Amino acid sequence: MNHIAPGARAGIYHYDEIDRQFVAERVEQFRKQVDRRLSGELTEEEFKPVRLMNGLYLQLHAYMLRIAVPYGVMSAVQLRKLAEIGRRYDRGYGHFTTRQNLQYNWIKLEDTPAILHELAEVDMHALQTSGNCVRNVTTDPFVGAAKDEVVDGRVYAEILRQWTTMHPEFTYLPRKFKIAISGAESDRAAVRIHDVGLLARRNDKGEPGFSFYVGGGLGRSPFVGKLVREWVAQEDFVAYLEAILRVYNQYGRRDNIYKARIKILVHELGLETFTREVEEEFARLRGPKYRLDPEVVEAIRQHFAPPPFEELPDHSDALERARAADPAFANWLAVNVAEHKAPGYAIATISLKPAGGIPGDATCDQMDLVADLAERHSFGELRVTHVQNLVLAHVKKDELYDLWKRLDDAGLGSANAGLIGDIIACPGLDYCALANARSIPLAQAISARFADPVRQRTIGELGIKISGCINACGHHHVGAIGILGVDKKGTEYYQITVGGDPTLTTAIGDILGPAVTETEAVDAIEAIVDVYLANRRDGAERFVDTLARVGHAPFKERIYAAD
Amino acid sequence: MPLIENGRIGEDAWSFIPDGEPVPNDRPVIISFERWQAERDSFEGRNARLGVRLKSGTLAGAIAEDLDRFSLVAVEFAKFRDGRGFSTARELRERYGYTGEIRAVGHVIPDQYLFLVRTGFTSVEAPEGTNQESWANALKEITIAFQPSLDDTQPLSLLRRKLKVG
Amino acid sequence: MSAKDRSKEGSMKAITANRLRDGEVVFLGDGGRWVESFAEAALFPRDEADGVLAAAKEKAERERFGVDIYAFEVVEQDGVPVPATMRERIRTAGPTVRTDLGKQAWGKQAWGNQAA
Repeated sequence: MNHIAPGARAGIYHYDEIDRQFVAERVEQFRKQVDRRLSGELTEEEFKPVRLMNGLYLQLHAYMLRIAVPYGVMSAVQLRKLAEIGRRYDRGYGHFTTRQNLQYNWIKLEDTPAILHELAEVDMHALQTSGNCVRNVTTDPFVGAAKDEVVDGRVYAEILRQWTTMHPEFTYLPRKFKIAISGAESDRAAVRIHDVGLLARRNDKGEPGFSFYVGGGLGRSPFVGKLVREWVAQEDFVAYLEAILRVYNQYGRRDNIYKARIKILVHELGLETFTREVEEEFARLRGPKYRLDPEVVEAIRQHFAPPPFEELPDHSDALERARAADPAFANWLAVNVAEHKAPGYAIATISLKPAGGIPGDATCDQMDLVADLAERHSFGELRVTHVQNLVLAHVKKDELYDLWKRLDDAGLGSANAGLIGDIIACPGLDYCALANARSIPLAQAISARFADPVRQRTIGELGIKISGCINACGHHHVGAIGILGVDKKGTEYYQITVGGDPTLTTAIGDILGPAVTETEAVDAIEAIVDVYLANRRDGAERFVDTLARVGHAPFKERIYAAD
Repeated sequence: MPLIENGRIGEDAWSFIPDGEPVPNDRPVIISFERWQAERDSFEGRNARLGVRLKSGTLAGAIAEDLDRFSLVAVEFAKFRDGRGFSTARELRERYGYTGEIRAVGHVIPDQYLFLVRTGFTSVEAPEGTNQESWANALKEITIAFQPSLDDTQPLSLLRRKLKVG
Repeated sequence: MSAKDRSKEGSMKAITANRLRDGEVVFLGDGGRWVESFAEAALFPRDEADGVLAAAKEKAERERFGVDIYAFEVVEQDGVPVPATMRERIRTAGPTVRTDLGKQAWGKQAWGNQAA
């Protein structure tokens, strides 16, 4: 296999020969599995889990291939390869997902082994991006750069990536299993809506440990993850997870796909019983075999050593001049740029949400451009966020203006991170075999309606999240405004919820009233915004806070008044 | 049905006796867990080897107390997607220290064989007409693992290890 | 959809699958042949569709030609047969948000360039 060095300074796990050999073997294994399917040795029923374990779904128009971007971090070289694959095997674009992965929509089964082979050239794969196994472990997209970081989540996400790869016991779980880790004071990884959510923290002695939240999840029955253990020491990190998975694998329901997630098990057993089962299993697993050796952690940590930051003054004259001279840039700076822990550096979010655009989609040309910009401005590394944007995490403040101009020329300069235009939307009925209604056209209509960047900033932080069915891939339950597409006798309707919150104060939104049509939905969103602006205190109160204070009534009145 | 052992089709010394049929005393037989529960006294003093077959919902703990009576535990996979059996085998080995044969029966596919071996299974009952090559290959095609297990592995670090090639 | 159209809903069915080797949406055409364009799809009266579907399914699975084989409702709109549901219209044409992609981009659908 031609191996291409994926970028020495990027904050990714750098494969060695053993890792490469494994991925190469796995590609060959899949090639044979495809052959066995085409020859009839494997039935479709038998092949389906096998292909899903390699990220390959069958969607409305073709196969969809989901590529793993471990914890959302990749190198410029890897992104360029994704662009190349998108051109050669797909239709010139890709879709970044809420699981911090990338998916292609027009893949042929017979091309898949070749695609996986090409991915392996840059140390990438599609393993466990689907199927009833432990999926890609996600973390804070600002990891390794955020000022409020306590523990680097990549280290533990990588340990879990390895530990769960082809885990012999936990590859045929009752249902999929998603883990998220946050190691900062603010939760940017939505940990409490995951099967297992981990908050990495430090004790008085500065040692890392983890709070385990279990049983969160959206979908048909949304649940907020419950605290199962406040403190799990680093050395017990893997053993505790193993205990949780073993309890789940044995007792999780297998009679009903809608009741098979761990959230239902925790709910049905009750937190106390579930915790007791886990603790009992954990007590036995606590031997040397499962002890996470500090040396192993250290060896993994070295892959994520900080890039060679220059010693810079925190203040940048160049930046201030540009801010004063270019109001559009000033706006982007205020909205899309976050504080970095190193003086003179900043974290830049690249919005994949242009007004009227398809959330999370990027053309292969845009991918190439971002790869170039990552090399020029961010040590050859970038991140995918769970809100379907990209991040360059280590940009010199002096270079932000150059970066933004290049982005803006390519349609990637939208100043809307965290604002009303920064909509999460699942692919919906335009692509997805499970959907009941389209999500993308509604997202496009809303972002076009609120295209004015000044208006967006006036409205402030307000997440809209849209799902095209109850599986909730668009996280509508935790949107400040959530929208769920439903099918009523062949017509698409949209149900609006308000008051959801994906951060540590996790809340599931409440339904505002009867479902409305697509056109009505856009007007309803505008009405909600108007009511909020008319009621908010001091011109700065957040939407969720105003809503909590004034309740649903004024919003309902405005939307449903005409009925 | 062909019996797979060490990646090859092997001789099967055992036979499963359905509930209600008489149990021969002169050769190794497997009985259902339900029969064992109902008729355990009738197996007192038996000399020929005895095996027990667990349905996929019967977890290791159910048979733990009686494990010294059995030379074989057959773990059923109702559907190959139902992975409870992997935990059952592992619990039998790790938690209850069982050292006899553990056999996978029901619906399993060669693509799961490596996982079966790594969680403590020793043999697999495969369907008639199975492709022997796929079973043999399943133990050879992947040579790296990322977690300790019950097979014979050579650790490269805590996380990574070289699998002994079947 | 007008009331007149709705009254005809379910009067005919077409049979569809995804081709195993590449995932392409295909329809059962005349003489048991699979075609890529809905315009060439054979339409079956409701009471015949189940039998045709069972036979087509058995054959396509045996020959490893197609997966996810099922029948869907077809209605007549302005004299042209059109899938009754939005889902099947999108499958038959392509994504409504990317009219440059899918069958609609290749002229392999039966009606105009809009799925909706």
